Amino acid sequence: MNRRTIMVSFSSALLAAGIAGLTAASVIAADPIKIGVVSHLTGPLAGGEAVTHTPNIELWAKQINDRGGLKVDGEQRPVEIITYDDKTDPAEHIKAVQRLATQDEVDYMLSPYGTGFNIAAAPIYAKYNYPLVAVSAITDKIPELSKRFPNMFFTLGTTSGFVEGVRDTLVTMRDAGTIGNKIAMVNVADAFGIELADTARPILTEAGFEIVYDKSYPLGTPDISPVVKGAKASEPDAFVAWSYPPDTFALTEQAIIEDLDVKAFYTAVATCFPAYADKFGAKIEGNLGAGGINPDTPAMQAYRKAHKEVTGKEADYWASATYYASLQVLEQAIEGVGSVDREATIDYIKNNSFDTVLGTISFDENNNSERYWSVGQWRDGVFRAVADTGMGDSVPAVAKEGWN
Amino acid sequence: MNSGEMKFLVIGVVLALGAASIPIVSDGYWLSIATTAMMYIALSTSWTLFSGPTHLIALSTGAFFGIGGYLVGSGMSDYDQSFWLMAIIAPVVATILAMLIGLATLRLSGVYFVIFTLGLAEMIRNLVSWVQNNFLGSRGLYVLTDFTEAHIYWMLLSVATIVFLAGWLINRSRLGFALRIIGNDEQVARHVGINTAWSKVILFMTTGFFAALVGAIVAPRYSYIEPNVVFSPQLSFLVVIMALLGGIHRLWGPLVGVIPFTLIWEAISISFPNSTTLFLGLSFLLIVYFIPNGFVGLFENLTGRMRK
Repeated sequence: MNRRTIMVSFSSALLAAGIAGLTAASVIAADPIKIGVVSHLTGPLAGGEAVTHTPNIELWAKQINDRGGLKVDGEQRPVEIITYDDKTDPAEHIKAVQRLATQDEVDYMLSPYGTGFNIAAAPIYAKYNYPLVAVSAITDKIPELSKRFPNMFFTLGTTSGFVEGVRDTLVTMRDAGTIGNKIAMVNVADAFGIELADTARPILTEAGFEIVYDKSYPLGTPDISPVVKGAKASEPDAFVAWSYPPDTFALTEQAIIEDLDVKAFYTAVATCFPAYADKFGAKIEGNLGAGGINPDTPAMQAYRKAHKEVTGKEADYWASATYYASLQVLEQAIEGVGSVDREATIDYIKNNSFDTVLGTISFDENNNSERYWSVGQWRDGVFRAVADTGMGDSVPAVAKEGWN
Repeated sequence: MNSGEMKFLVIGVVLALGAASIPIVSDGYWLSIATTAMMYIALSTSWTLFSGPTHLIALSTGAFFGIGGYLVGSGMSDYDQSFWLMAIIAPVVATILAMLIGLATLRLSGVYFVIFTLGLAEMIRNLVSWVQNNFLGSRGLYVLTDFTEAHIYWMLLSVATIVFLAGWLINRSRLGFALRIIGNDEQVARHVGINTAWSKVILFMTTGFFAALVGAIVAPRYSYIEPNVVFSPQLSFLVVIMALLGGIHRLWGPLVGVIPFTLIWEAISISFPNSTTLFLGLSFLLIVYFIPNGFVGLFENLTGRMRK
């Protein structure tokens, strides 16, 4: 009888797998190129994934299929996206990547969201020779990682690059006489927030700034007002917060309430989200944050327009474009090789430059593309880049004139 | 050793050898499922060592697992220590912590203990963040090793085997006997002169030790440790659910819970990638409704009826 119980669960599993197989088979019309992606459809990182990755995958697949597909082996083949949810759990993520590689036998895989997930998945991508063009993976270990995983590419910069962007912005503003020397700095007491604050302390001090206020707050804290009050009492010229999405919103709201009147107000992650501008309207004119884009290039304008048309949402003003660019790199590499040959695709990515929404990008000996915007500023409803590495098209930051 | 035990021992050895050969048969997909299953087998079985006889639902697995993963990450990344040294230190730290927590909470009656363990993972995660923020700093915790999935699988299998042996020895010992009495009636246990608090603390320490060891071994599989990922409350719940599905009044109960659970979970993830949580909830309802005593209870119930 025990055997029967086991049989029941086995057969239900088999049945479920069978149904999945049938639906998949009926969708396939021609002979598509299968592209796999493991997403955080649920769990703590689902929000970021839904803003920055998923709409771009949708847009990219639609654009390719609308023009008939990718040119390989002398024919046009459409792309088919296969998505699994990992519930933001690394063990589930690893399993799902294995499943894509060995069960679905997808031809290519897209990069996951989050530094940890990119690095956790990298060994499997390497084992089966999948190129991994990572975007949401900001790390100072690029040389070591690319040596270990020669198939892994980086596009969004390093932790130090990130902090140096903020320093450059503040130095420019100080040289222009906009701000003085006093910085109030706060950070969220969690991995990336601590890392950024740690990196920032010596870099800002070396640049001649005085950190007059330096406090952290716990991840997920419901009340951020003591931090903002403290910062205000220290009478700073600039306010810098190494923050995550929820606290970026909370800090801004509190700064408005407390009327924290600084000429430079920087919050890190999520300042670039269109939802940030939607929430605060004109009050955030002049706010600084992580990311930024150059909205003036025709490529960027066409991309943002298509993004809005296809997905119904504005693209965020940072990693969205970079993620789309990573898809363009993959697309151009596949067509450049002219066949579904992953090893050749990896070589192609290493040795060629690509025409993307970010402009021309290529990868150095560490598989790193040193072309990214690091600080943006809200100007008339657009989050414009004011500091960058290797782009050269950011504009000087201007003073923030109060919270009106 | 009587013939019944002999039989179980033989079955156990055959199963362990069979399990050890999985990486030779499959190198990819099935191995990654087996590795995840083996992680849960080790965690659920060690959880049952404590919670089975005492009937105290401990939701602290995530906390100890996190200590294992975090210490390996921190030791290797921040202090350039070897994986092996950290894999030894981590369970020892967790065991000491389990002792302190056990001494503080296991004198309380059941429900207070459950509530305390529920908050434990979150408390330790915040403590870790606080220490990082104020004293150590953080540069990202990378656990880059040359282990393949097969190596990690074999390590987990060894831990699971040791958990089973430990459980078997405890069951035969005076301690195991004492715990069964405590589980049935703590008043009685105290009256016959059993040191109930220490008996429970020792078992709780064993659970903490193994959970941290598993966390340490799994760290190289994740390659990058984030405190809010390894100190996961969800892990604590999954371990409990899998153990309950199998049945917790037998040492091998969690084993028969984890394997079907992992396979059903996999089938759900493949078939309904957009609504896995919904179907997970439905399967829980079905499990609780139709097999309240787990597979072991179902099995024993049926064999019992057959004998009649």
